[in-house]
Amino acid sequence: MTDTPKTSLLTVDARTRKRNAAEKRFKAYGIVAIAIGLLFLVVLLTSILRSGLPAFTTTVVALEATITQEDVDAAEGQLLKTAAYEALLVAKVNEFLVERGSTIEVDEDFITDRLVPKTGATIREFYKENPDQIGQTVTFDLPASTRISRYFEGDLLREDVTDSRFLEVADLDVVDVMIDAGLITTAFDWNFITGTDTAVDNPGGAGIGASVIGSFFMMIVVLLLALPIGVAASIYLEEFAPKNRLTDLIEVNISNLAAVPSIVFGILGLAVFIQFAHLPQSAPLVGGLVLTLMTLPTIIISTRASLKSVPPSIRDAALGVGASKMQAVFHHVLPLAMPGILTGTIIGLAQALGETAPLLLIGMVGYVAREYPDGIISGFVDSNSAMPAQIYTWAARADTGFYEKAWGGIIVLLVFLLTMNLIAILLRRRFERRW
Amino acid sequence: MSFIKTAASTLAITAVTATAAAARDNVQVAGSSTVLPYASIVAEAFGDNTDFPTPVVESGGSSAGLARFCEGIGENTIDIANASRGIRAGEIEECAANGVTDIIEVRIGYDGIVFASQIDGPDFSAFTPSDIFNALAPQVMVDGELVDNPHTQWSDFNADLPAADILAFIPGTKHGTREVFEEKVIAVGCEETGAHDAMIAAGMSEDDAEDACLAVRTDGLSVDIDGDYTETLASIDANPNAVGVFGLAFYENNTDTLKVATMSGVEPTTETIAAGDYPVSRPLYFYIKGAHIGVIPGLKEYAQFFMADELAGPDGPLAQYGLVSDPELAATQAMIEAEEAM
Repeated sequence: MTDTPKTSLLTVDARTRKRNAAEKRFKAYGIVAIAIGLLFLVVLLTSILRSGLPAFTTTVVALEATITQEDVDAAEGQLLKTAAYEALLVAKVNEFLVERGSTIEVDEDFITDRLVPKTGATIREFYKENPDQIGQTVTFDLPASTRISRYFEGDLLREDVTDSRFLEVADLDVVDVMIDAGLITTAFDWNFITGTDTAVDNPGGAGIGASVIGSFFMMIVVLLLALPIGVAASIYLEEFAPKNRLTDLIEVNISNLAAVPSIVFGILGLAVFIQFAHLPQSAPLVGGLVLTLMTLPTIIISTRASLKSVPPSIRDAALGVGASKMQAVFHHVLPLAMPGILTGTIIGLAQALGETAPLLLIGMVGYVAREYPDGIISGFVDSNSAMPAQIYTWAARADTGFYEKAWGGIIVLLVFLLTMNLIAILLRRRFERRW
Repeated sequence: MSFIKTAASTLAITAVTATAAAARDNVQVAGSSTVLPYASIVAEAFGDNTDFPTPVVESGGSSAGLARFCEGIGENTIDIANASRGIRAGEIEECAANGVTDIIEVRIGYDGIVFASQIDGPDFSAFTPSDIFNALAPQVMVDGELVDNPHTQWSDFNADLPAADILAFIPGTKHGTREVFEEKVIAVGCEETGAHDAMIAAGMSEDDAEDACLAVRTDGLSVDIDGDYTETLASIDANPNAVGVFGLAFYENNTDTLKVATMSGVEPTTETIAAGDYPVSRPLYFYIKGAHIGVIPGLKEYAQFFMADELAGPDGPLAQYGLVSDPELAATQAMIEAEEAM
């Protein structure tokens, strides 16, 4: 008889203690890892929100103007009509200053360069659309320059101001009078969400709207191409294709394609779609084609996974009652796999939506998203940017006003991505069947 | 399945009409990122002030822009290439091989940078490229030896300069002016002090030595400014001993707080830059495809608008953003009017 030491489940021996301690340690590591991850997330989100939220508000100066037909004619006769319209605001501002008992008199440069630069286009547009307002007194709500809005919000202190072409110390006296009279207010900047890109000296007027439209048209192209091609390819590979060397090779290559860096697709797009096929530069159509190449493997892989997850009994039952192979697939397997396919597609689209690298190569950075497309075809083929490319462009510009816009653009992009992911989750929750 | 069918056919139709719809009505510009800001200012004003659509201005660099310019003629090619250097003979040949002749060269103006310091600060009144190199390079020549930069005061290497601590605010690497600063100051200083030859003697290849020449010290005495010149000005305000790099126009607007130093004995003014005497400057260009004039609506008008006195003149928005206006503007305007090719 061998001598086995007596043990009891009730007494904890050294080995058990060691094993329990190891488990505890592992749990602690896990919690620490999660805590670090959460900490990074919190830091990231707060810094995005802190830097980006100011992009959504704007400082508005309410300025009155009485512009006569002669003024309009004179301004239209100039080469820089917009600056001429801005200069027309001077008279009323000086009247206002006299009314408020101020002895300061401002000149045209104060209005056109320092208070509300680059707003002439708005005024000109207004009179073009409302010719009956010529000669009447109209109040314009115009966005203030970056520095005056920083002064108004308390980010720029009077003692830090030195005379420059952007702002002179004496201007602040006028601004103070305007603030007292309630002419300067903060408003939600709809233009940031709906507007177009602006020139480098006009950060206040820049908006992400045009590039949202560009992204939208690209996503349409991706959806219309990648979904049918991807689903057809996966159904064939999964349900019909014979298992041989060739299909194995194709399978391996699809998995490899999913891991190819996106910039590679950009170079491919430049060479094939623009230089060879002569499709238009910077067009959402080309962007969409490039992103389709990038998204296809993702869609194929997720579609095949969801087809695989449909139990074979469904197929067997369909075939058993006399359905053809194709009927079994399209009437029974595909509908059951649909939630998974849609989820995969939306995730693929979300990935494509945030992709910048391939777009750099097909001409979507610079001053590109400067007009809205006029119509559906124009939306596909006319030059436009996309959200991530626009953010990249803004971040590279020297004026700090654009840096803020870039952060604001990130928030808009994140909202779109979160919405898409939410839709994917809802679809999965609602329609997915578990076996 | 009918949805997918409709969708696929819609897309096919769109793709076919794409070629037809590309009868483009806007001007397309690409090229130098130094010229991009000026071009975007003009493009926006052109769209706001005329009935033509706003031109597209892409960045990507002078060489890439000219390469695309020379790809050929037709609506799928760009109309204008922006460049921060003159077109090279090889590029003209490449252009001609693809049928791009009748190139109109337009000199927009000059990009000039100056070295300025606080008006009440130490007496920084004359620099040479060697001085800047000795102050800012990571490795400099001391007694004929290439050593890690030991200088902490300007007087350490040039007795004519004040005994003040070295601190320089230079344009960050994403600025176009950084390139001028590197090419016309640091690289020249590197050659003049003999550091370039010493690097080659130490076994570096020609290319490596040229790259090494452009480096700046990273011990905090040289600070990159990524924002605009206002940020540089704020830094100069806070540091009496500091020297900053500014655009000429910016300095001229701030002469009450800044004083400028001469470079190799030449004072930076609009005249010396335009005459080519002041070394730290370069002309900026754009090139128009003559064959596209009259085909692409607004192309000639854009060029005329760009070079109008109201925009490219000394009081225009381009000069405000830092361009040194070309004194021969009238000649350029006449040249565009006559569509004179190179």
